[in-house]
Amino acid sequence: MSIANVLLVDDETAFLETMNKRLTKRNFQVKTVDSGIAALETLSENGEHIEVVILDVQMPGMDGIETLTEIKRKYPLVEVIMLTGHATVASAIEGMKQGAYDYLMKPCEMEILLTKVIEAANKKRRHEQKIIEARMKEITTF
Amino acid sequence: MGNNPPDRLEYYASLKRNIFIAVVIVSMIPLIVFGSITRYEFHTSYAEKVRAHLSIMVKKHAQNIDTFLKERQANIVSLASSYPYEQLADNAFLAQQLTRFQKTYGPVITDLGIINEKGEQISYAGPFQLKDANYAESEWLKQAMASDVYTSDVFMGLRRLPHFIVAVRSLKNGTPWLLRATIDFMAFNELVQNIHIGKTGFAFIINKKIEMQTDSTRSVEKNLFRDAELFHPDKTGTDIMNEPLFQTRTSDSGKEIIYVARLLKNGEWALVFQQDHLDAYSELYRAREVSLLTLVLGGIAIVLMAAWVSRHTTIKIAKADQEKEIMNRQVIQSGHLASIGMLAAGIAHEINNPVAIMVEEAGWIEDLLEDEDFKESENLNEFKRALGQIRKQGIRCRNITHKMLNFSRHSDHRVQLFNLNELIREITNLSSQHAKYSNVTIELNLTEPLSSIKASQTEMEQVIFNLLNNAIDAIDKKEGGKVRIHTWQDDSMIHFEVQDTGSGISEANLKRIFDPFFSTKPTGQGTGLGLSICYGIVQKMNGQIVVESTLEKGSRFEISLPAAESPEETETKTTKTTGSMTS
Repeated sequence: MSIANVLLVDDETAFLETMNKRLTKRNFQVKTVDSGIAALETLSENGEHIEVVILDVQMPGMDGIETLTEIKRKYPLVEVIMLTGHATVASAIEGMKQGAYDYLMKPCEMEILLTKVIEAANKKRRHEQKIIEARMKEITTF
Repeated sequence: MGNNPPDRLEYYASLKRNIFIAVVIVSMIPLIVFGSITRYEFHTSYAEKVRAHLSIMVKKHAQNIDTFLKERQANIVSLASSYPYEQLADNAFLAQQLTRFQKTYGPVITDLGIINEKGEQISYAGPFQLKDANYAESEWLKQAMASDVYTSDVFMGLRRLPHFIVAVRSLKNGTPWLLRATIDFMAFNELVQNIHIGKTGFAFIINKKIEMQTDSTRSVEKNLFRDAELFHPDKTGTDIMNEPLFQTRTSDSGKEIIYVARLLKNGEWALVFQQDHLDAYSELYRAREVSLLTLVLGGIAIVLMAAWVSRHTTIKIAKADQEKEIMNRQVIQSGHLASIGMLAAGIAHEINNPVAIMVEEAGWIEDLLEDEDFKESENLNEFKRALGQIRKQGIRCRNITHKMLNFSRHSDHRVQLFNLNELIREITNLSSQHAKYSNVTIELNLTEPLSSIKASQTEMEQVIFNLLNNAIDAIDKKEGGKVRIHTWQDDSMIHFEVQDTGSGISEANLKRIFDPFFSTKPTGQGTGLGLSICYGIVQKMNGQIVVESTLEKGSRFEISLPAAESPEETETKTTKTTGSMTS
């Protein structure tokens, strides 16, 4: 059983590879894609399995914010952590408004990233649990 | 205008000249046109007036003289026809008649005489002993015998005195005889001599031969009548019998002289009025002088005014141009800063990714070192140290790029609330490298809490950056030194002080440091705009800059800016804004 199911989105494949290795070594289940569109495709294929998306803000084509908006629209329970090389408060605020779980600046400390991912995954699981409980309640009240 | 290059000065000179010329032309033309028209109109009407006045005067006097002559003729005619020849031939009777005449008309008729056909004066009454005088050879007698009534020209005659004669021819049994009267020349003269106008206006009578018929104390330019067109009315085309002839002629001596003449005595004599042109038109000339003086004074005033206006305008334009230039340079400067900022942002962002990868790769190796296989390696600790160093330096790179991004981020001129201390820290961090190379330590003494100030952050950055750079540049690299930045607050003002231990500013330069383009740095290294821009920005914020400097000791720049609010308020406000930002 992995700690969390993570989708890593970044246009830098070298970064993706290393992160993949490092996270996998720490017992995370990792999928990597190099664009926003690919991220959405992966999400649609694997559905609810993915718990946390680590998303780079600056990407060619569909950028991080657009991808985030789309993810949150289609899969509201999936938590997203923004990764940015650009320490702009504006883009961070925009991301938070769109429902990102948190944002981190590149390069970031592995420990911090791990903590955030675990928190996000737990949050997602809690939400899911609550939904299940609510449904159960609904069923039992009948 | 001292700072302008020569072509600019030339431009201003020509601008000044053009304004001057335009003002002078626009002001002078109406003045001259108006003046000329008025002068012409005045001249014409005044000349017309003088001419009319003189003409009427001459005409009136000519009529008077004609009347006088006609009356005397009438006197003599009536005497001749009233009494028979025999009675008049009696000396005593004649004397009686003369007395009667003189009683009635004054001493106009000097004497009376009866002359027979032979030209002998058979009777005579008067002051001279002329009885029995013979006039047979006299010119006048011949003419008198030829007409009924005759008035002679003035002549000396037997008595050797100027006089003229009125003679009436009568017939006795077919033989002609004459009653002759001598008109007193003095009395007749008076009629004409009384005519005086101005200083040079006088009148006289001439006959067809241009001989004076009256006495005149003044000089008569007889030469002017040589052509005697006066006595040939057809030549002049005017009816001189009624309307006087008016002419202006130049005398031999070069004087312009006016003549007004009218014929008398059936065209035999002419009454001539002579006056110097200048005298006749003296009032006109005076008016002309006054108007000319006004014109000249007005012209001088216009020229002076034009000179002043052009000078003033040019100075203003030059000043405006200079200000514009400074503005332009400021715009260029800030545009430059903005583009540098953008470039920095781009570089920072591009560097972040590779650095991130490097750090991650180092992390990955670290991860791998945790595996059992490597635990035995003797260099394990050395690996770990090296990887740790890679990560540490990566983080350092990140910090630098983040600072660059932060700095370039807010290159806008929007006025906003911000904390001066934070900005100072940020900029000092950025300048730390510069300071280090210059062997300068930066000492911060920032008072907390400090009220926010309301300004454009970019502009404030420029001010701090400029002052800090100047301070660092003022310090000798070999000797090194200190830059102290101090902030504090009193009441409504926030103070910010940059003090260095550098070379200081000389008193002469101290006056000019805020002048645009004034720089003591080597050519190409300083724009001379830094402090001038600082000054402009601080002025705009309603702040003040105070400079104190001692040569070889250092300089102190103190900037005072109005605080946006008190420190307590700042805190509540900050929390509030953060709250609203995340919600």
